[in-house]
Amino acid sequence: MADSNHHIVPYKTYVLILLLLLTLTSISVAVTQVQLTKWATPVALLIATVKSSFVLAVFMHLKFDHPVYKRMAILIFLLLVVVIIITFLDYAFR
Amino acid sequence: MSATTVTHEEHRDDIASKLGMWLFIFTELLLFGGLFIVYSVFRHGNLEAFNLAAQHLDVKVGTINTFILLISSMTIAMSTTSIQKKDKRTTLILIAITVALAIAFLVNKYFEWGHKIHDGLYPGSDVLAELGRGDTLFFGLYFFMTGLHALHIIIGMTFLIVIFFRVRKEHITHDNFQLLENGGLYWHLVDIIWIFLFPLFYLITL
Repeated sequence: MADSNHHIVPYKTYVLILLLLLTLTSISVAVTQVQLTKWATPVALLIATVKSSFVLAVFMHLKFDHPVYKRMAILIFLLLVVVIIITFLDYAFR
Repeated sequence: MSATTVTHEEHRDDIASKLGMWLFIFTELLLFGGLFIVYSVFRHGNLEAFNLAAQHLDVKVGTINTFILLISSMTIAMSTTSIQKKDKRTTLILIAITVALAIAFLVNKYFEWGHKIHDGLYPGSDVLAELGRGDTLFFGLYFFMTGLHALHIIIGMTFLIVIFFRVRKEHITHDNFQLLENGGLYWHLVDIIWIFLFPLFYLITL
């Protein structure tokens, strides 16, 4: 049963993901501090989403685990997105 | 089965244990998700004040804390690899580094909060009352959300210290490490929350 417990993730994978996360953090700091465009905010939030996806997939083993965990995690994030959309529809049209 | 042959079988269900941890993590995500929505709605209504208030926050300290948490996330993730390789020493070192980084994060947070409080930027202060509703909301949310996050750091750190001693006593081993993995999952949750807190409070000033 314990399918995940037989998959040993190499150290190298974790180091590569960390380097990627640090790079993405630096990019989001650079983009927002230079403030060249009005796109700084959406870019920063997009980068945060990408970063958390890597943490979920690799550090939290969703990529290697039984798919049920991944499906549940996706559902929770979709639920949050739906609530956010409904909230802002309410604010936009009241 | 006769009374003389009764053996004690350890009851263990790693799948259920991990599933339980994930369900708990989902409730945590919804808790902070709700707070992010509160933040977005108030920001939407007080855009100018929020942008000006965000400039009070020190991007450098925020960036350093982000780096600290990302590195600590990697070290605790690595500990699940080392325990499976039956490398107890490396596992203990990795958990210890993670706890040390957690303490470093809290020390930074302490000085950061101290600085804000010194400047009179704390909930209920006269300075904020003069600055108006937007700033009051921003700093109220800032202290509540980073405070709740810091509380999670303290809980996660305590969890990891317990795990450290269980690894040392070999209650957690290469074929029984679900508790270590659950501790890691909780720590990554703390990391994910910070990944969103950091741009929302420190970076977005436009």
